[in-house]
Amino acid sequence: LPLVKSSNSLSFSLQAKMSKPVQARRLEGTDKNIWVEFVKLATTYSTVNLGQGFPDFPPPDFLKEAFVRALSGENHMLHQYTRAFGHPPLVKILAQFFGKLLGRDLDPMTNVMVTVGAYQALFCCFQAFVDKGDEVVIIEPFFDCYEPMVKMAGGTPVFVPLRPKAPKDGKLMSSADWQLDPAELASKFSERTKAIVLNSPNNPLGKVFSRGELELIAELCVKHDVLCISDEVYEWLVYDGKEHIRIASLQGMWDRTVIIGSAGKTFSATGWKVGWTVGPNRLLQHLRTVHQNSVYHCATVAQEAVAQGFQRELELYRKPDSYFVQLPKELQQKRDWLVQSLDAVGMKPIIPEGTYFLVADISEFKSDVPDVPDSGEPYDSRFAKWMVKNKGLAAIPLSAFYCGAHKNNYNHFIRFCFAKEDATLKAANDILQKWKQEKTSP
Amino acid sequence: TMAFRHKNTRRIEGLDSNVWVEFTKVAADPSIVNLGQGLPDISPPSYVKEELTKAAAVDRLNQYTRGFGHPSLVKALSQVYERVCGRKIDPLTDILVTVGAYGSLFSTIQALIEEGDEVIIIEPFYDCYEPMVKMAGAKPVFIPLRCKNNGSSASSADWVLDPVELANKFNSKTKAIILNTPHNPIGKVFTREELQVIAALCIKHDTLCISDEVYEWLVYKGNKHIKIATLPGMWERTITIGSAGKTYSVTGWKLGWSIGPQNLIKHLQVVHQNTLYTCPTPLQEALAQAFWIDYERMDDPACYFYSLSRELESKRDRMAQLLEGAGLKPVIPDGGYFMIVDVSTLNVDLSDVDDKQPYDYKFVKWMIRSKKLSAIPLSAFCGPETKKQFEKYIRFCFIKKDSTLDAAEAILKNWNKQTA
Repeated sequence: LPLVKSSNSLSFSLQAKMSKPVQARRLEGTDKNIWVEFVKLATTYSTVNLGQGFPDFPPPDFLKEAFVRALSGENHMLHQYTRAFGHPPLVKILAQFFGKLLGRDLDPMTNVMVTVGAYQALFCCFQAFVDKGDEVVIIEPFFDCYEPMVKMAGGTPVFVPLRPKAPKDGKLMSSADWQLDPAELASKFSERTKAIVLNSPNNPLGKVFSRGELELIAELCVKHDVLCISDEVYEWLVYDGKEHIRIASLQGMWDRTVIIGSAGKTFSATGWKVGWTVGPNRLLQHLRTVHQNSVYHCATVAQEAVAQGFQRELELYRKPDSYFVQLPKELQQKRDWLVQSLDAVGMKPIIPEGTYFLVADISEFKSDVPDVPDSGEPYDSRFAKWMVKNKGLAAIPLSAFYCGAHKNNYNHFIRFCFAKEDATLKAANDILQKWKQEKTSP
Repeated sequence: TMAFRHKNTRRIEGLDSNVWVEFTKVAADPSIVNLGQGLPDISPPSYVKEELTKAAAVDRLNQYTRGFGHPSLVKALSQVYERVCGRKIDPLTDILVTVGAYGSLFSTIQALIEEGDEVIIIEPFYDCYEPMVKMAGAKPVFIPLRCKNNGSSASSADWVLDPVELANKFNSKTKAIILNTPHNPIGKVFTREELQVIAALCIKHDTLCISDEVYEWLVYKGNKHIKIATLPGMWERTITIGSAGKTYSVTGWKLGWSIGPQNLIKHLQVVHQNTLYTCPTPLQEALAQAFWIDYERMDDPACYFYSLSRELESKRDRMAQLLEGAGLKPVIPDGGYFMIVDVSTLNVDLSDVDDKQPYDYKFVKWMIRSKKLSAIPLSAFCGPETKKQFEKYIRFCFIKKDSTLDAAEAILKNWNKQTA
């Protein structure tokens, strides 16, 4: 308590000050975070961790070698600040690479900005463009940070769900079966709508939005003059010959889209925290303002290594040796393996078209975790916690990817990450098989 | 073209310009001797570089770590600072690792400052404090350091706050004061008595203290760095910020930390989990190992915390000599690696330069062009009212290798021989 020996008026205003919370109002509703809790549970209990989204295999050798080269070279200045908006070799190669993919001439200095992971890129977008009273359309299920970031910027998230259509008889559901209702989507746009967040390929479902679906979204953006924040971190992880289409390449979209990418997902190096934004200067200029007033510089060495990684991939583009060709091939096999594994025991996987996540319906295992009526916690969250504690298998409840009001809409699904060594997936299979046997044996 | 109504949000209105963007571009020319931006061109210690190579070779260290700080790093930080502060520091609840001290300043201000608040900033100030306070919707309230001896300053210790003037800046809206010691750009090391004056006001007005101590190890003979958080009544209201970049001469690692009581740090952690979530793993692991090495020898003069300081003290003295030799009057810093100089004594006439910028901006640009030497204008570090007071000063950075200082020497020796 302060030692107050002062007049009544000072004491009164001090009391008023002390009775106010110390933290800023912008934090309201943003303090809960699923990862803090579930990462701790996985660390404590899991023997097989298919929860948090990161590979348990290393980044490719060429990338690790690039990092070591950067460190061991004569140039110790790589331990010092580089250009704030992105290390020149990195922004140059990103401009070249994405220019090629988008069929545009990109200026590395104004059309590209490097960030501390795609996470910070998202933060810059919301801070740069979302003011109090602005609405932001978020498609459910969504990567959980979108909601608190919109709130922290004073905006109002407006949710629209992907709705599952029943698959053909006998077939397993695909992420393609989860779709937006066009009329429902259109109804979410108003004159207060500032932006829509698009995540394709989508975490957690693995949905890869089709051209038709993207055109639907694009039309609404153009009609209502809305920005598109396009989180494309899993852009290279698409399976079954599907194509990742960049919404920025659609009619009327380049000028109103910020594309977000991630070295962590692209090169299996999530711990490097290197991400980027690509877009028109009239949007990126405002991201630069947020960036220079929040973190300012990103670490240098990893940017140098990622630049070299992209240089290699540009030279090998679409060739069999390209990491962007090999990684999705490997992951598709792992996907198929996990799908089989889950299907064999009665968990119903939704086959993802992309990303390294897979959502499965755990309804047949509900008997292990009795429903608790009036429990504040969604069923799938209780299930996932029980599963990690009792079976040692970590996964994330799908309700984590829904807003508070909708957490019980789809509460019998859990998300698995399959960017794991074969041994890990096999160990998961062993747990599942044993679990099933325990259920069926007398 | 189609309709497009999208401009920037209110929170970043007017925050787009930045002294560094302007001056680092200008000084990027390799023929210029760059004593501007605070960028060491000396090598980090070899063990620090080695630890990073070792960390990157461990597979799991290339993936996500704990969001609020890599476990081995927060453990090492808690040990080092427990020793320095003489109090228990919980690595999980009392520490947040951020992207540089810059990230700690941002997390602190976003967590604890909002519209309606006032934040006291001591001038001259590290330039980001003002835009960060504004971005949080709050009002910066400036108070200048004033030169004791009526303008004639030989040392950073000559620059002091007027206690009465300071007290008048505090009111019921004052949410925090930002303290920077050792101070950038002047190099002042606040004394215990000066800190007690600030502390007493913080306690009286129930104000927070954001203490930017990135140069904490760089204090020169006769001076001691004192942490305001260790003064009575201050731990519970202070966030202390540190920097790997400044501690280990690795500015490009962009790792910093905030240390404070759980009930404040928890809000910084919320900001962090909603802005970038986690900092890079291999860098944090390498930093942790470097800290263990130096923690083990904190009683030994060979500890890098002290050896770097000694190395910089001789560079400081050399820099001062060079400037004096050119007829300039440097303000000798008691800490940090910057030195400010009054250039008005050179009487360089720049009135013909058709520019609304302050004198020191014009001087530095002229000096870069005609002398091939760069520095930073001091008015970049001032609020609007004080620019006039400080526009005769420029700031030099002296954490530079000998050959850089040799090149600076050559320029300064020839200064008077050349015409403008």
